Amino acid sequence: MEPILELKGITKSFPGVLANDKINLTLNKGEIHALLGENGAGKSTLMNVLYGLYAPDEGEIFVNNEKIQVSSPRDAISQGIGMVHQHFMLVPVFTVTENVMLGDETVRASGLLDRKTPADRIREISDAYNLEVDPNSYVRDLPVGVQQRVEIIKLLYREADILILDEPTAVLTPQEVDDLFKIMRSLVESGKSIIFITHKLREVLTFADRITVIRSGKVVGTTTPEEADQNRLASMMVGRDVSLEVEKKPAQLRDIVFTAKDLVVLDDINNVAVKGISFDVRGGEILGIAGVQGNGQTELVKAITGLSHAASGKITLLGENITRATPRKITEIGSAHIPEDRQKDGLVLTATISDNMVLNTYYLDPFAKGVIIQEDEVLKNAEEIIENFDVRTPSPLIPVGSLSGGNQQKVIVGREFSRPIKFLVASQPTRGLDVGSIEYIHNRLLEKRDDGVAVLLVSTELDEIMELSDRIAVMFAGEIIAIVDAKGATKEQIGLLMAGVKEA
Amino acid sequence: MSDKEKKQKTKLVDAGKVFLEEVSKSNLTVTFLAIISGLILGGLLVAVTTEEVYQAFGVSFWQGIKSAAGAAWTTYQALFYGSVGNPSKIIAAFQSGEAEAIRRAVNPFFESLVVSTPYIFAGLAVALGFRVGLFNIGAEGQLFIGAATSVTAAIYLEGLPAIIHIPVSLLAGFLGGGLWGFIPGWLKAATGGHEVINTIMMNYIAFRLSEYLLRGPLKNPDGFTPVSAPIQESARLLRLFESPIRFHIGFFIALLVAYLVYLFLFKTTWGYTLRTVGSNPKAAKYAGMSIVRSTVIAMFLSGGLAGLAGANEVLGVNYNLALAFTSGYGFDSIALALLGKSHPVGVVLSSILFGFLRNGAIQMQVLAGIPVDIISILQAFILAFIAAPAIIRTVYRLKEPDLDIDAVTLRGWGGN
Repeated sequence: MEPILELKGITKSFPGVLANDKINLTLNKGEIHALLGENGAGKSTLMNVLYGLYAPDEGEIFVNNEKIQVSSPRDAISQGIGMVHQHFMLVPVFTVTENVMLGDETVRASGLLDRKTPADRIREISDAYNLEVDPNSYVRDLPVGVQQRVEIIKLLYREADILILDEPTAVLTPQEVDDLFKIMRSLVESGKSIIFITHKLREVLTFADRITVIRSGKVVGTTTPEEADQNRLASMMVGRDVSLEVEKKPAQLRDIVFTAKDLVVLDDINNVAVKGISFDVRGGEILGIAGVQGNGQTELVKAITGLSHAASGKITLLGENITRATPRKITEIGSAHIPEDRQKDGLVLTATISDNMVLNTYYLDPFAKGVIIQEDEVLKNAEEIIENFDVRTPSPLIPVGSLSGGNQQKVIVGREFSRPIKFLVASQPTRGLDVGSIEYIHNRLLEKRDDGVAVLLVSTELDEIMELSDRIAVMFAGEIIAIVDAKGATKEQIGLLMAGVKEA
Repeated sequence: MSDKEKKQKTKLVDAGKVFLEEVSKSNLTVTFLAIISGLILGGLLVAVTTEEVYQAFGVSFWQGIKSAAGAAWTTYQALFYGSVGNPSKIIAAFQSGEAEAIRRAVNPFFESLVVSTPYIFAGLAVALGFRVGLFNIGAEGQLFIGAATSVTAAIYLEGLPAIIHIPVSLLAGFLGGGLWGFIPGWLKAATGGHEVINTIMMNYIAFRLSEYLLRGPLKNPDGFTPVSAPIQESARLLRLFESPIRFHIGFFIALLVAYLVYLFLFKTTWGYTLRTVGSNPKAAKYAGMSIVRSTVIAMFLSGGLAGLAGANEVLGVNYNLALAFTSGYGFDSIALALLGKSHPVGVVLSSILFGFLRNGAIQMQVLAGIPVDIISILQAFILAFIAAPAIIRTVYRLKEPDLDIDAVTLRGWGGN
C-alpha cells in the first residue's frame, strides 16, 4: 500500500490545552481510514490543521511523499485535500450547480456566468459515483443526506483525492447512513482516499479499512476492524474499561402511571403526525418507543409534555387529565422531560450552569422566597448536581454553552433527576454523545426505573432501545404498529416493524 | 429526514439577534477602545472639514499636521469646557468666592447631568426590551405620551402636597408610556405583528397625537403657541441649586430606578423568566414559562420607563409640554442601551457619556464653530466599532475572547 498522506508529529496547543500532541497518521491510497475519539479528543483540531484552518505549532504534512505547506483551505484544495464539515457550508437558496461552482466559477465569452458546463460535470460526477444529485434543484429542497452528497460533489468537482468527512453520520437516518457508506466504498474503489471522523464504534467496525484512535490529543493506536471489537475500541477511546452492555435487573412493575388513549396530534403545518395511538406506562418499567426519525415521535413527545396539545384523545398522568395542561402543570405533577434537542429546548446556552439547573424550579421554595431569587440556594443546588452527576466544569457560574455536549446533557439529566419525579420522558437522550457519556446516562435511566419511575424512552437508536427497554412500542407513519416484550425480541423483528412490515 | 427538520436546518438566522449577540459579547476593553477610536476619527473628521488645515498644508506638511491637530484640539477643548466646565474659570470663581460666579462656572457639569437623566430612563427602557429579546424602537413615542400624561396630572390635579403630587405625576407618565408600549406588546402576542414595525408606527401616532393635544385640549388658553399651561408648583421636581443650575432630583430618581431595574432583572423570579424568554424562547416554553405574558409585561415596563423619561423632562426641566420638546432622546437611547450592553450599570454610564457629549456639543458649536452634528457622527463611530468588535480587535490586536470557552470544551471528560 502506497501512503498518499502522512502527518508527522503534529502538535497544536490552545491556551490551557494541548489539543494535539505529536500526532502521526498515515493514510494509504484507496482506503477508508476512521479517526475515532471522544468529543474533545482532538480529532477536529487535527483535521483543521490538515485543512489549513489552524497553523500547527510543530509537525510536517506529506502528500505523495512530498512535504507541503497548508496555510488555508485553498492550499489544501490545490493539494487535493477536501473536507466535508459536520455543519454543511451550503447556500440554501442556491441551486446545486451554483453551490458547487461557488468560488470557482466558469465564465462564458460574453462575461456572463456559465452554469451549463458545471452542471454537465456535476451530472457526470453524480453518475460516476451513483450520487443521484440533480444539479438544478435548490439545496433548501433537498433532504440532509442529499445535501451531504452535494458537499462531496463540491470536493470531487475540485478534483480532491483525499476526502475528510467530519462526523458525516451524525445528521443522517439509518438508511442514509447505509447509502453514504455505499458511496464512500465506490469512491475508494475509484482511487480516492477517505479520512472519516466519528465516535460511533459500530460504524467504524463495519465500514473502515483501518482505525486510528485518539485520546486527549494523543494517538492511542492504529488497528483494523478484524483485530478490534467494540469493547476494545471503547476502552481505547475512554482510557478505561467500559461496559457497553448495561446490567439490567428484572423490572419490578408497579401501578400504571401514565396513559395515552386514542391520541391524535398534528404537526406544525397541521398534518396528522400521530394517528390515534394508545399505550400506558407502569412505574418501574421502561417503555421504549422505536422508529425511524420522523414517524411522529417528536409530535407525540410534545403532546405528552405540554409543548403542544393533542387534537383529540386523552392523556392521563397519575390520575390527572393532562391533555390540555401547560408544561408547568405537567412538571409540577411529577413529570420530567429530557428533550430531543438539548441546545434548543433544554438549555439556555448563554446563561450560567447554575441558572440552567433551576430552569423549571426557579420559582419554587427554596430557590425563591416570594419573588426574590435565593442565589445561595441556586448555587448550592448547582454544586450538588455537579458533584452527583459528574459534570466536568471549572465552575457552576460559566455559561452552559461552553461545556461539551456530554456535559450539557448531564446538566439536563441532573436537573430533571434531582427533583422527585414519577414519570420521565427521555427523547434521544444520548444523541451525539460519546461512549462514556452514553454509558453514564444509560445507567442513570435504569436507576430511575429501579426506583419505581415510569420511563418513556424515545430513541431512533435501535441498540439503545433494545438494551434499556422492558417493552418496545414501534412507531411507523404515526401509528404504534406493535408493542412487544423486550425479552425475546430480536433486532430483525423490530427492524422489520420499524420499516412498517407487520408480521402475519 | 422530515420536511420540518429540513426547514429548521435551513432557517435564516435573525440578523437582529446576531447583532445583539455580537454587541453583548464585546468586553469592557473593546468598549473603551471603541470610544477612544471614535474620538480619534471624530478629530480627523474635524481636521478634514476645516479650511485652514488645507491652507496650512499648502504652506508645508508639518504646518498642515500642526493645524489639523490644532483644529481637533480646539474642538475637544470646547467639548470639555461645554460639558464639564472651563477649569481656569472654575478656579477663578472659587477664588473670588462669589456664589453666582461659582454656580455659573460649574453649571456645564450639572447641565450635562440634567441631559443625562432622560437618557438613563429611556436607555433602561430599551435595555429591558433587549433583555427579553424585544427591539423597542418606540421609546421616542412612549416618551412623548409619558410626558403628555404626566403633564396632564401635573397641571390639572390641584391642591395636592408635593410629596403626593410628584409621585402621582411620575406614575401618570409611567402608565402613559406603559400603555404605548403595551399596545405593540399585545399586538405581538396576539397576532405575531413584529414589535419593530409596530413601535415605529406607534411613534408616528404619538407625535401627531401630542401635536393635536397641544393645539387642542392641552393648549395653554392664555397663549398663542402650541404649548401647554405651566404645571403646578407642587409637581415640580426639586432643584438642588439656585439659577442658573437646573440640576434636579430627577437624576437621583433615575439612579434609583436603574437600581430597581437591576434588582428586577437579576434578583427576582420575574426577571429570571423574562431573561430566559429573551435568551431562548423554546427553552422558556419547555420550562413552563408563558412567552405571551412575558412579551406583554416587558413591553409595558419598557414603555413605562420611556414614559418616565418624558415625565422627568416636563416635571424637572421645562415645567410645561411643548412640541418636539426633547426630540432624539428616544432614538439615542437605543444606541446607548447597546453601548451599555443592556445592563443597568452600563446604561447609566453610557447615559452619562451621551449626556456630556450632547450638552458639550452645544458649547462646542458656540465656541469653536463646530456643528453639533459632529457629535452624532462621533456617537455613530463609537457604536459602529462596538457593533463590529472584529475591527477593534484587529486594530488593537486583541485576542478573541471565545478561545477560553474552546479550551473548556476541548478538555472533554472521562479521559482518564
